[in-house]
Amino acid sequence: MTQVAQTLPLNQPSTQTAFTGLKCKECGTEYEAKAIHVCELCFGPLEVAYDYSYLSKVVTRETIQAGPNSIWRYRAFLPVTSENPIDVGTGMTPLLQANRLARRLGIKRLFIKNDAVNMPTLSFKDRVVSVALTRARELGFTTVSCASTGNLANSTAAIASHAGLDCCVFIPSDLEAGKVLGTLIYGPTVMAVHGNYDQVNRLCSEVANSHGWGFVNINLRPYYSEGSKTLGYEVAEQLGWQLPDHIVAPLASGSLFTKIHKGFQEFVKVGLVEDKPVRFSGAQAEGCSPIAQAFREGRDFITPVKPSTIAKSIAIGNPADGVYAVEIARKTNGNIESVNDAEIVDGIKLLAETEGIFTETAGGTTIAVLKKLVEAGKINPDETTVVYITGNGLKTQEAVQGYIGEPLTIEPKLDAFERALERSRTLDRLEWQQVVV
Amino acid sequence: MAVKVLIPTPLQKFTRDQSSIECEGNSITELLDSLEQSFPGIKARLCDEQGQLRRFINFYVNSEDIRFLDGQNTALQAGDEVSIVPAVAGG
Repeated sequence: MTQVAQTLPLNQPSTQTAFTGLKCKECGTEYEAKAIHVCELCFGPLEVAYDYSYLSKVVTRETIQAGPNSIWRYRAFLPVTSENPIDVGTGMTPLLQANRLARRLGIKRLFIKNDAVNMPTLSFKDRVVSVALTRARELGFTTVSCASTGNLANSTAAIASHAGLDCCVFIPSDLEAGKVLGTLIYGPTVMAVHGNYDQVNRLCSEVANSHGWGFVNINLRPYYSEGSKTLGYEVAEQLGWQLPDHIVAPLASGSLFTKIHKGFQEFVKVGLVEDKPVRFSGAQAEGCSPIAQAFREGRDFITPVKPSTIAKSIAIGNPADGVYAVEIARKTNGNIESVNDAEIVDGIKLLAETEGIFTETAGGTTIAVLKKLVEAGKINPDETTVVYITGNGLKTQEAVQGYIGEPLTIEPKLDAFERALERSRTLDRLEWQQVVV
Repeated sequence: MAVKVLIPTPLQKFTRDQSSIECEGNSITELLDSLEQSFPGIKARLCDEQGQLRRFINFYVNSEDIRFLDGQNTALQAGDEVSIVPAVAGG
């Protein structure tokens, strides 16, 4: 369960990787690539550093396209040294042109990056966990852990099973049934904590101090978070090696948002795509919108909140990367908006009915914010806009139950069917359940 | 009055590798001075030049973030548990 003291030497990239170590995002202090996540001097977040001149020499569009059909086609940009990283088919999810949704909203060129069908556990978290557990294995950990709002627990437990790692996950005790079951099935130890995510997170930081476990989003966080860059790389590659004009993504801790930005910047830096301005807009649920509030009020600090929303997967009241998300939205001329729970349910339904994608509450939040931004004139109808859908609706069925009607239950007779069909054409679907056919 | 203080890994080199210590103080501000007396150098890591807690450090008293209480003026009582946690985690 303890970490082996085998780490990369500082500033000495191996021949296999361009990553050179860790660097404090605030004060620039450099560290060895160990299982540490904050700067000892200022407590700023540690980020993985890369040798971009080396990367621009060894990586081309062709070398990427010749790689596996997973996030590991971008291995050179990820903080691992393994020849054989843990590849469970994560990534390369569809980028779907969403013409029906675009028409409904009144814009012209809209794409959905659909991580509701990411593998193996149907959320973007499989990207970050594939990277974190590969790095955990390299650093000698045999037990991995996380603080999760559900999707991360699913992913950590599943990929730990595949990799043969012991696993102990921490979740708030009030999560949706699908998220709890979708973790238990892999056989990890599951701690359901009485409290909200922020309390779970604090507890995990305390556990991490005294147990030698690899917490993917604590002591392995610098590596873990880099996995989200692949959401930037894939969109650029799938758009034909170009950047979009505008992206809209959900904001929980803010990490995903900042890493999509980093992904785009890195592709520009090594010459894989042409530079252009990309606007970054973020989506929060009104019942947990500390980042949207800071953006709206022009603050450069986050005031924590106590979450109260159906969008549990993004209900982080004390977001670690909130300030960086605000900074990116401002400097790219984007926006950060919030929507209420009713709008979130409408967002889930809108995406399902126009594009055939069943997303969870975070996706409903993102679609509802997209709609709000379009209506406010904050998305130019001619912009190529990419919306990130990061999770699957089958995991949060409670959120839409009662809002989507019931089936028409009929006897196995032709006339019963005909009568029911007539009803279905004359009544709004939500009224069906009150009607005996 | 003695309170229990949980020390995060990056600060444990000041506390001789102890992850939990006992310390005195009627408020967070007093606790910071008392920590400095016992473990010289630790306060400069936690606070800026004006004595304000750094942006990337969170303090909790009995599991509650002091930003929901009275900030650095939050009163402490004997037996309280104060947890010092780097802000950057989770998500």
